[in-house]
Amino acid sequence: MWGWRVTQRVMGWAFAAGLMLSGAVAVDAAEQEFTTGSSDVIIQFINQQIRQSWTDNEVQPSAVADDAEWIRRVYLDLVGHIPPVEDVEVFIADKDKAKRAKLIDKLLDEPGYVRNWTTIWTNLCIGQDTPRFVSRDGMQKFFREAFGRNRPWKDIVADIVTAEGHYEQNGAVNFILAQMQDRDDGVQLTAKTCRLFMGMQVQCTQCHNHPFNDWKQDQFWQFNSFFRQTDKQDHRKFNPQTGRMEDDYAEVKWRDFNGPVYFEKRNGLMQVAFPIYLGSEIDPGAGTERRKELARLMTSGDRPMIALALVNRLWGHFFSYGFTRPIDDIGPHNPATHPELMDRLADEFVKSGYDMKQLMRWVTNSEAYNLTSKGLAKKNEKDNPAAGETALFTHMYVKPMTAEQLYDSLIVATNAHKSGRSGWEQSERQRQQWMRQFVNAFGNDMAEESNSFDGTIPQALMMMNTNPKPNNDTPTLMSGAVSLEAGSHLTELLTGPSSDVQKIQKLYMSALSRMPNRAELNGLQRFVKSSRDQKAAYQDIFWALLNSNEFILVH
Amino acid sequence: MSLFSSTPDGMSRRHFMGHLAASAATIPALNFIAHVKANAAELKKKNKACILLWMSGGPPSIDIWDLKPDSKNGGEFKPISTKGNLQISEHMPKTAGVMNHLSVVRAMSTREADHNRGRYYMHTAYVPNPTVVHPAFGSVVSYELGSQRKELEIPAFVSIGGGGTSPGFMGMAHAPFLVDTSGRIRNADMDDVSPERLQQRLSMLGVIEDDFIKSNRGEFPQAHKDIYKKAVNLMTSKQMDAFKVDQEKPETLAMYTGAPAQGGMMGGGGQFGRSLLMARRLVETGVPFVEIDFGGWDLHQGVFNNLKTQKLPALDAGISGLVNDLKQRNMLDDVCIVWMGEFGRTPRINQDVGRDHWAKSWSVMIGGGGLKGGVAVGETNKDGDDIATDKTYLPGDVWATVAHQLGIPLETVHQSKRGRPMKIANGGAAIKELLS
Repeated sequence: MWGWRVTQRVMGWAFAAGLMLSGAVAVDAAEQEFTTGSSDVIIQFINQQIRQSWTDNEVQPSAVADDAEWIRRVYLDLVGHIPPVEDVEVFIADKDKAKRAKLIDKLLDEPGYVRNWTTIWTNLCIGQDTPRFVSRDGMQKFFREAFGRNRPWKDIVADIVTAEGHYEQNGAVNFILAQMQDRDDGVQLTAKTCRLFMGMQVQCTQCHNHPFNDWKQDQFWQFNSFFRQTDKQDHRKFNPQTGRMEDDYAEVKWRDFNGPVYFEKRNGLMQVAFPIYLGSEIDPGAGTERRKELARLMTSGDRPMIALALVNRLWGHFFSYGFTRPIDDIGPHNPATHPELMDRLADEFVKSGYDMKQLMRWVTNSEAYNLTSKGLAKKNEKDNPAAGETALFTHMYVKPMTAEQLYDSLIVATNAHKSGRSGWEQSERQRQQWMRQFVNAFGNDMAEESNSFDGTIPQALMMMNTNPKPNNDTPTLMSGAVSLEAGSHLTELLTGPSSDVQKIQKLYMSALSRMPNRAELNGLQRFVKSSRDQKAAYQDIFWALLNSNEFILVH
Repeated sequence: MSLFSSTPDGMSRRHFMGHLAASAATIPALNFIAHVKANAAELKKKNKACILLWMSGGPPSIDIWDLKPDSKNGGEFKPISTKGNLQISEHMPKTAGVMNHLSVVRAMSTREADHNRGRYYMHTAYVPNPTVVHPAFGSVVSYELGSQRKELEIPAFVSIGGGGTSPGFMGMAHAPFLVDTSGRIRNADMDDVSPERLQQRLSMLGVIEDDFIKSNRGEFPQAHKDIYKKAVNLMTSKQMDAFKVDQEKPETLAMYTGAPAQGGMMGGGGQFGRSLLMARRLVETGVPFVEIDFGGWDLHQGVFNNLKTQKLPALDAGISGLVNDLKQRNMLDDVCIVWMGEFGRTPRINQDVGRDHWAKSWSVMIGGGGLKGGVAVGETNKDGDDIATDKTYLPGDVWATVAHQLGIPLETVHQSKRGRPMKIANGGAAIKELLS
């Protein structure tokens, strides 16, 4: 592996060299090229590019993550929750050299994959707090179907951009509805479409030329003019029981519009803008369906922005940091950390037919994704993007769980996923209800939300609280998690025939997906033995595990 | 494995503060003069605080603090005289009566007219920059003053009714503590677990967390531990009473809301008044920075009707109530009051009788804290669309003024996580017209 690092500096042939030299050069057995068991050339390309940046920056990678660390991470990233105990046990015991690649394939086909990505994209498209006259169910249904069938990403984007109709019958309209809360001539819709699907931040150019990137004010309005044939209609209905009008539904409808849009320059002069997308002009006449034209332009070309934007976003999902920071601001003004890798992945993604699962397969089978999150003193401590440094991916960066990941992980850790949950709709509703306490939108029209457990006191209090019924309210999630009532996870565990050691091990596996080390085991055994109330002692242990940084962080 | 023995992990205040101190580093006093100044400032700091009235959405300061009755941009409102040496809107009559304590900086020119960028800029004094996240000024005060107030058990930066701002390189320990206007802290009562048992749980937790921290996985593991310590402190503190506005007399609340003591309150106004009263209680308890969010100022349409019937009555009652209450309690000279939003609003009235985003020439109100009251600093031109005086002001100047009054030396320089030196308030200067 190390033999060809120097010569590989010559750009352009790195990929071929890797293939050739991996066979031709004798390598130290301890430094065998990493593989999950999948041998795709694109995975090798990722590995080479990342290794090159290590060489260039004189850092060294951390060790490969052990199976316990890795399985927890890949579950959280792909299906949105920690692995059930049985899956961890089977995986660790499995001797198959290709077991990581096989697990990735298995997870990509699980219902949890659809649910996880539906959650992620619904939040991105309409926010965590559902705006008025927007249907969360409708948006979810659209994504559920899209991810369930692994539809090409470009078709998904095209559907969203061209969507028309009732917000439940065509759930794709909810993206547009959510951006049309204000009657602002599609200004927010323009900005959000650029940012979310194209990775371009143009919101400033509404009013002035952008100081940092190439966007000009007229380009903003040219892009905006594609959305002017869009009308949002809110429908209310009379409720005879209450005698009041209530919200009924909303829809996106066609609006007659042709010709240019007008906007005001900073000097007060009025200007016109015709529909032009990144240099491609379309007929501004009445016969043109502008959003259809826009979808066509957005999804065509050799390397459409929607491909780059998705590659960057997905890389950021798995590694905490994308190739650019922020992930949705791509362009010459904001150089990428690994430009060739980003471009190549976008190209391959397009060639694959915009196959999201394939893209995730490439990323999760890469060497970088399989490294431990433990940093190496001196050898890679300067690879610290949290401190503003360029991300080099020498080790996995730890990230806090999202609120949804936490909820779903607590369900798995306490085995609640096996009982009493009836179907998607109901469990989704329960989760949504619980989520509400974490939605903290800012009081302005560019609402941003915080949804990860990034360390606020209310979050800590929520996790610590095991009150069965605080304020005569419904029980907290944590009170259920450590409940000693009949049929609960803890009770089942404690009434079984196993020894103290086995019980402690089971709790560790449930919460942390790993076995306790010797010191932990000894300490806790002594703690249980010296406790008057053994059940309470186990309850306390489980509480401590679920409240720990190790539980709540994806690492 | 004595760590699991019955002695709980040290939860002492001192230990906790040690962690706080580690999260950001102050550069040692640059020279002897700065050092002497800092010591003099030390004496002043004890009871100092700042209450930020954050008008989210961007308030039309041209209709409130800097009216233009003789211009086509002037709109519907007339100016009235006040107890200070300046005029304000006719819809702020109670505030007019306390303007001898408050001043208006009429020459703000801040260039960021996007909500997010404006919010960031006004809170931090820095324009957004992709390579670093700057702390909101509340986080700076939390770091500078909160860490010194050993008797303070609740967070040093409380934000009422709004969204969070980032503590940036000050670290999560200085993030704003968010509460809603009811002041109820969810999950703070854990009656089902005895204090001894909680200690036991926490000591076990401490061991698991420490092991994970030692495994060298970046900053999150330690930050998580720090926040748990803070949460435990909070849970067990008597100072939590500061959040309970209902302990106040109805007459006191009425001072802030303008509503009759027994009568029902109008939604927005009542909330704003309650928040201000909570802020006073928090400041009294020793919290050095409280931010209150009063939203709904993004008035692209129907601006005058909205201001006249909703926003200004609430604002007028709230500001006058706060000033009078602080004065009665002899706190006004210690507590800075700052009123601002992301930006002002266009002098030109649009076709929907609204005003749009405008950052070029607008006003911020500031008073109390020992500052001169009744002063108008700078002025705008006849139509309000440009600054007429030589000097314009940036958010850094406003925050430098506050820092000066709080006794935080303006020579203070913090370090970003990358080690870049960052001047307090972005190197802004205290506004000399306001210093007594």
